[in-house]
Amino acid sequence: MKKLLTATAAAALMTGAASAEEIKIGVLLGFTGPIESTVAHMGPAAHMAIKEVSESGLLLDGATVTAVNGDSTCVDSGAATAAAERLITSDGVKGIVGGDCSGVTGAVLTNVAMPNGVVMISPSATSPALSHMNNEDNGLFFRTAPSDARQGVVMTDVLMEQGIKEVAVTYTNNDYGKGLADAFAEAYEAAGGTVTISAAHEDGKADYSAEVGALAAAGGERLVVAGYVDQGGAGIVRAALDTGAFDTFHFPDGMMSDALVANFGDEIEGSTGQHPSPSEELASRFKEVTAASGMDFEPTTPFAPESYDAAALILLAMQAAGSSDPNVYKDKVEMVANAPGEQIQAGELGKGLEILANGGDIDFVGGTGVELVGPGEAAGLFREVLIEGGEDKTVTFR
Amino acid sequence: MDFLNAIVALSNFVLVPGIAYGSQLALGALGVTLIYGILRFSNFAHGDTMAFGTMSVILVMWLFQSWGISFGPLPTALLALPFGMLGCMALLLATDKMVYQFYRDQKAKPVILVIVSMGVMFVLNGLVRFIIGPGEQRFADGERFIISARDFKELTGLKEGLAIKTTQGITVITAVIVVAALFWFLNRTRTGKSMRAYSDNEDLALLSGINPDRVVMVTWLIVAGLATIAGVLYGLDKSFKPFTYFQLLLPIFASAIVGGLGNPLGAIAGGFVIAFSEVFITYAWKKVLGYMMPESLEPSGLVQLLSTDYKFAVSFVILLIVLLFKPTGLFKGKAV
Repeated sequence: MKKLLTATAAAALMTGAASAEEIKIGVLLGFTGPIESTVAHMGPAAHMAIKEVSESGLLLDGATVTAVNGDSTCVDSGAATAAAERLITSDGVKGIVGGDCSGVTGAVLTNVAMPNGVVMISPSATSPALSHMNNEDNGLFFRTAPSDARQGVVMTDVLMEQGIKEVAVTYTNNDYGKGLADAFAEAYEAAGGTVTISAAHEDGKADYSAEVGALAAAGGERLVVAGYVDQGGAGIVRAALDTGAFDTFHFPDGMMSDALVANFGDEIEGSTGQHPSPSEELASRFKEVTAASGMDFEPTTPFAPESYDAAALILLAMQAAGSSDPNVYKDKVEMVANAPGEQIQAGELGKGLEILANGGDIDFVGGTGVELVGPGEAAGLFREVLIEGGEDKTVTFR
Repeated sequence: MDFLNAIVALSNFVLVPGIAYGSQLALGALGVTLIYGILRFSNFAHGDTMAFGTMSVILVMWLFQSWGISFGPLPTALLALPFGMLGCMALLLATDKMVYQFYRDQKAKPVILVIVSMGVMFVLNGLVRFIIGPGEQRFADGERFIISARDFKELTGLKEGLAIKTTQGITVITAVIVVAALFWFLNRTRTGKSMRAYSDNEDLALLSGINPDRVVMVTWLIVAGLATIAGVLYGLDKSFKPFTYFQLLLPIFASAIVGGLGNPLGAIAGGFVIAFSEVFITYAWKKVLGYMMPESLEPSGLVQLLSTDYKFAVSFVILLIVLLFKPTGLFKGKAV
């Protein structure tokens, strides 16, 4: 403890920070709307990282960190922009974990985060359109979930390996669905497959007979559902099963959740899917950390570990930069996320902060083994899933 | 044989789902239209009233299931339905006492009542999520299919399957019974007649000694019953989720307006018009035509009039056309 005190004192002298700060971090996720049941676990995961750092008392000479929630609604860009505006101007947050869905994330980034110069790390926006190859984002935007351009390639590999050459595609009519469907079609056709139809569906609608009718008429060996499990995606699968249009499906990340198996179970026997997921080792570690923290959420929910990592990265980058100013610490995000440096697992944020305070370098592993490539994007590890005996079984990681 | 295949494919993907969905919309639209006709405002809280009714049914059903009561091949929810209706009736009467009565006494303009109903909508929205949560609930138990696609194929030897779900059967039968009962009530009973009189001309009705409070109360009771039934049928057929029920408001209002607001017969017709127009115009006819035509003429494209993206545009275009050329709706209702 004495050593620690000297270390922090030294750090304080070096950075010239005088008194303990009170830092606020915005958590901008769709607490209501089409992915509200997933966000119910993502939000607490982000809070867990913030709480962990705040309780360690090691960040920037004992700064306290509090989380402020904002509702992105997932679909309503206007509401999300207003919520982000409130977080930044009225609450004065120094960084935002979020947004969640690709459309609102893009809107918040260009309309609020960039003009105000605030860092955003999204745990779940995966649209390829959010890749900022030419620094259009001023280096402010990062994500801990891999882009769908990558997922399209992984999906193609999974289907091709099973010898499936003809599929029908339906996607949720937004930036996420369209981006993923396009990325997939491009990769799949390049690999010699045929997409018989690529039809959009709207979320939250009453009835999907029309969509399923069109999909069935076009035919295909399997139906790819690039939608949301709480939403139209489930409606499409239900209608396709009931009318006997398709027996097996392929599910990208938006569909992979406990709700899928709970709702359809053995009816979708033989279906495949994939979602970005940490390896089993990381997952079990994250589970332990969650249990120890006493937070009430399901750690295996897709994007929950990503949310934890997003919040942790912001705080670690602050420590590395010795400042909570987004325009200063944005340059350190990649440094703390990537090698070289000492590996920091989930639940070890205190250790990471200490190393950084002593001027060391860390490689944040966190809940997902986050590794940033290109313009602040996660490389990503995908879990290939096969629905067998009414359960989702892990085939492999790729 | 090919002709049969074509008919079966069409029934499976268009007719059967269309009829079931149309019945659900019709029941919802009946509730909206009754409120519009008698209480004279558009009730935006109707979707969430349906959600509340369905939620009460689900809660009672869980209780029954925990007691080990089931309804054989039929969904247990049907047994719980009367209790759910009572819950929904209590809720609507309470909101009327607490909210609407105040504005009625003030003789508030309909547009104010519409905004008030939006307020009620948000409160109900929150209430339902607070009690049962925002997640999806599937509560259909018992036998799933009257006939499944696979069984049908084996039975007939046709290439196309025809699936009729138990819930679709229940939906249509219940809808017919409910509508018949409602019309009998409105046309034959004293209370029903007084409701119609009140709807046609409020002042005359009051002069002839009709008790307005009673008319209002009976209306809410009927609307609660209709909303619960519509919500449960919809939930059995698809699934229950507060967000989806909130969104059901749009097609329901479209149905009521197309049919003619305030006209019960129109609400039913409107429900089917909306349901079928969505499915018919966006259906890809490739399969059906493929069976009907000689091989050389078989279409290579999808033969789709409009992509399914425009599904909702279809109902709104119909709505626009009706409002432009027949503002009172297909059946003579009230101008909006």
